[in-house]
Amino acid sequence: MLAWTIYLSFAGALVQALLPKSRAGLARWLALAVAVAGLTFAVAGFVAGMGQGRVVLADVPWVPSMGIHFLLAADGISRVLVLLTGLAAIAGVLFSWNIELRAHEFFAFYLALIGGVYGVFLSFDLFLLFVFYEIAIVPKYFLIAIWGSTQREYAAMKLAIYSFAGSAMVLIGLLAIYATAGSHSTGLIELSHAELPVSFQMWCFPLVFTGFAILAGMWPFHTWAPTGHVAAPTAASMLLAGVVMKLGAYGCLRVGIALFPRGLDPWGFSFAGLGSWRDVFAVLAVIGIVYGALVALAQTDFKFVIGYSSVSHMGFVLLGLITLNQIGVTGAVLQMFSHGILAGLLFAIVGRIVYERTHTRKLAELETMHLSKRMPFAAAAFVIAGLASMGMPGFSGFVAELQVLVGAWKVNPWWAITAGVGIVVGVAYTWRAMQKAFFSDALPSAHVLEEEHGHHFAAITWPEVTGVVMLAGVSLFVGLYPKILLDAIEPAVKALLAGGGQ
Amino acid sequence: MNYADLFHVTLPETALEIAALVVLIVDLGFLRKVALKVRVAVAALLGVAGCGAGLWALQLQGNDWFTLFDSSGSGLLITGPYVKVAQIGILVLTALTFLLLIGSDFTRHVGEFVAVVLMASSGGLLVAGALDLLVIYVGLELLSLGLYIITAFAKTSGKSAEAALKYYLFGGMSAAFLLFGFSYLYGLSGSTNLSAIQLAIVESGPSPVFYVAWIFVVTGLGFKVAAVPFHLWAPDTYEGAPTPAAAFIASVSKVASFTLLLTLFQAWMIYGGTFDLGKSEADKILIHSDNTWLPLAAILLIVAAASMIVGNLAALVQVSVRRLLAYSAIAHSGYILLGVAVYKMHTYNETGIFETLLPVIESQKAVLYYVLTYGLTTIGAFGVVSVVERATGSGRMDSFLGLHKRNSLLALVLLVLFLSLAGIPPLVGFWTKFNLFAAVLGVSAGPVPFVLVALAVAMSAVSLYYYLQVLKRAYVMPAIDETPIKAHPVTLAVLVGIAAAVVVLGCFPALLQGWIESAYK
Repeated sequence: MLAWTIYLSFAGALVQALLPKSRAGLARWLALAVAVAGLTFAVAGFVAGMGQGRVVLADVPWVPSMGIHFLLAADGISRVLVLLTGLAAIAGVLFSWNIELRAHEFFAFYLALIGGVYGVFLSFDLFLLFVFYEIAIVPKYFLIAIWGSTQREYAAMKLAIYSFAGSAMVLIGLLAIYATAGSHSTGLIELSHAELPVSFQMWCFPLVFTGFAILAGMWPFHTWAPTGHVAAPTAASMLLAGVVMKLGAYGCLRVGIALFPRGLDPWGFSFAGLGSWRDVFAVLAVIGIVYGALVALAQTDFKFVIGYSSVSHMGFVLLGLITLNQIGVTGAVLQMFSHGILAGLLFAIVGRIVYERTHTRKLAELETMHLSKRMPFAAAAFVIAGLASMGMPGFSGFVAELQVLVGAWKVNPWWAITAGVGIVVGVAYTWRAMQKAFFSDALPSAHVLEEEHGHHFAAITWPEVTGVVMLAGVSLFVGLYPKILLDAIEPAVKALLAGGGQ
Repeated sequence: MNYADLFHVTLPETALEIAALVVLIVDLGFLRKVALKVRVAVAALLGVAGCGAGLWALQLQGNDWFTLFDSSGSGLLITGPYVKVAQIGILVLTALTFLLLIGSDFTRHVGEFVAVVLMASSGGLLVAGALDLLVIYVGLELLSLGLYIITAFAKTSGKSAEAALKYYLFGGMSAAFLLFGFSYLYGLSGSTNLSAIQLAIVESGPSPVFYVAWIFVVTGLGFKVAAVPFHLWAPDTYEGAPTPAAAFIASVSKVASFTLLLTLFQAWMIYGGTFDLGKSEADKILIHSDNTWLPLAAILLIVAAASMIVGNLAALVQVSVRRLLAYSAIAHSGYILLGVAVYKMHTYNETGIFETLLPVIESQKAVLYYVLTYGLTTIGAFGVVSVVERATGSGRMDSFLGLHKRNSLLALVLLVLFLSLAGIPPLVGFWTKFNLFAAVLGVSAGPVPFVLVALAVAMSAVSLYYYLQVLKRAYVMPAIDETPIKAHPVTLAVLVGIAAAVVVLGCFPALLQGWIESAYK
């Protein structure tokens, strides 16, 4: 059933591409219908998969000469991330309801991207996964370059080159695995049992892990993320931060960690306090957490604050993955879900609800606009999203980050302590942005403004309300009742850590 | 030599030559007074029919190996499974070139143009099946002379003449190198037969003269496939030649030349398929061969690496789309040469019959797969360029501005073809690269091939940048002129067909791979 999410999205993209130019309204509704259907399948698949391990959805020989199968399957991790994709897809459509320029092309690229994302999360063949991973690159480029804002062509090309460089690294690694394993199957499960030589794992692991981690925004390869997020149209930033960065993290877990279990072993010597690739990547992840947060604190552009906060939050995902213990990895997967929802929500508020009405993202200009009084819905939504993003108990981010920190503490307390500093700075930058954008009482007063200019902001529309309520509701629900996702994630993580799944 | 055998082996070539004569007779004899449009259509369709006849002739030859021997018993020409794959590719790509010719008006001498292309194509068929230095040389010259002529065919264009002259001068020089190399090979072995030459060299051990000869041969063939440092003609020729000619040079000539390179390296295999060597003999050859062929492969690898780097980096700064395609062709030649150069000679069965050299076949299949699909994609790319050029009067990148508004279908075709050239899945260009690199690593997983494959993958990441430069103009940047671009319906149909083939072959890579594979069984 889950496999239909992929087919449906690509079919939707094809139909959109063939729609006549003038029917923007039809394109929107069609896109929404496809996204809703996708989520329906995702939820149905999630419910049906409760309590089950890995379920094979489709298995057809694809390239027989190389043993590549069109192998779609889902375990708990996949099901959770597919669910996230379904939610993000709907929210993205809702927040691009105002797109008039080449609307059918926009949704064609959008749905192709979604289809690729679903595909990555459901692939259990190494090369099939890679194919879907690459399919997702090109639509991103066009979404940003055509419909974006600030420096869009630069940002789009930067993102495309970073992504393609990352996937080139991955491809080199995959070809090396293929040549070294010498087996006639490229299934992820079979390859994880292939007993690759340790020396091979030692050099191939960092290559593949870094390749995927570039897309996950790992410091110091994160620079595509803020510029890309800022330049992208709202729906694309929501998807970029919400699910595309997760593709990278998912690749790190499913390919990097699962196929090279020995790649994380100690080197046998230590250099500058680093004794294994695990230390190296953990340090990079922790730097990403703190650095992203500090840089977000200094931004003058509202959207850049959110852009850098993504780098910081994705650092938690990577840190969680690299702990390699049950709780840390579970936390990382939950953090992927949580950040996917919350980053989407934040970008929607900043890029769409606020920007479409104020036409500025400069915090200094927003300060003079008294948005809390003139746009109470946006202010309230941002407060909720901001609290959730800071890690307020009761929201999904808290459960996830707590688990990551506990997992990290078990391995090396210093990682957890430093990452904790990141959380504190996270509170500071969210607070600062919230205060400046919504609650500043700089002159002139709201009352004066409205009287002088006779200027009222356009009313909040139903797609905006629906989107905000949906995303905030999901975050709250998961925060209050994380068991619903954890029950799916934990067994899958356990199996994966025990030896690549069953 | 048995003339019945000769006739049997050269059946497809004969079909093409007859078609060439028919085209000349019809065009010069009956259609002198008819409008140019009709003449172009008739000549092109006759050309397509000729290719069809060639395909039918290939069918008639059957699927088994068949060798034509000269009076002393050494092989001259061969037909059979893998040769056939290349020959079918040549014929199909030639037919596509003719279909793109319909609707063009760069020359009034269409009959001659089609006839020359057909003859060049038959040269390509000869080259693909040649086992003898002289046959190789004759086939290659038949192909090359045709290419020089069709490059110069736009008589009113100074660029066309310039391109042809450059091509001819470089080509003449490279032919001289090739022939000089061949003369050394003959001097070393006393034979012009490839298998005999290889046997002689293995038995006497490698000598410096042999490597000198090989360098000359690589020079000559490196020119044909536009590999660095023998690539200088390519950008000018691609830019100046009339589009169908450029498409033909970029596709058919590539397929023929790469097949020849494979044959030069692999006469072994064909030899092994037909002869019984005896175990001790075979052992002796295997012991020698690795050391003997290593320097040859090293030379090819250097050329391959240089082509990848220079082609991709030079393409980054091009403003003319045709020159961009030329440099990308150089880069692609680099990738393919990697597949040609990496080899391993091992497997033979217990009876000592030289049955198969498995790993070599692996990369050989990948090479064939690569050249065929690359030829298909690049013909399509030139087709799009020609339509845009006719509408805007220039082939510069900026004439692609706003293409999606001016002709959305054409823009879509461009998107598919260029992304395929860049190697983005699920298009066929991804699988060709992937298959080739995997085959290279499958043959030899040592550090050198691995580094070169890593270089190739990294370079194809670079290549995305320049392909995106064109696509960016077609899709992203605002149009200066928004008048619709009209393409000839046949051209558009062919281009859409090619794009569809690129998508379908990409989604179901087993289709074409399976077909090539079946040629080896």
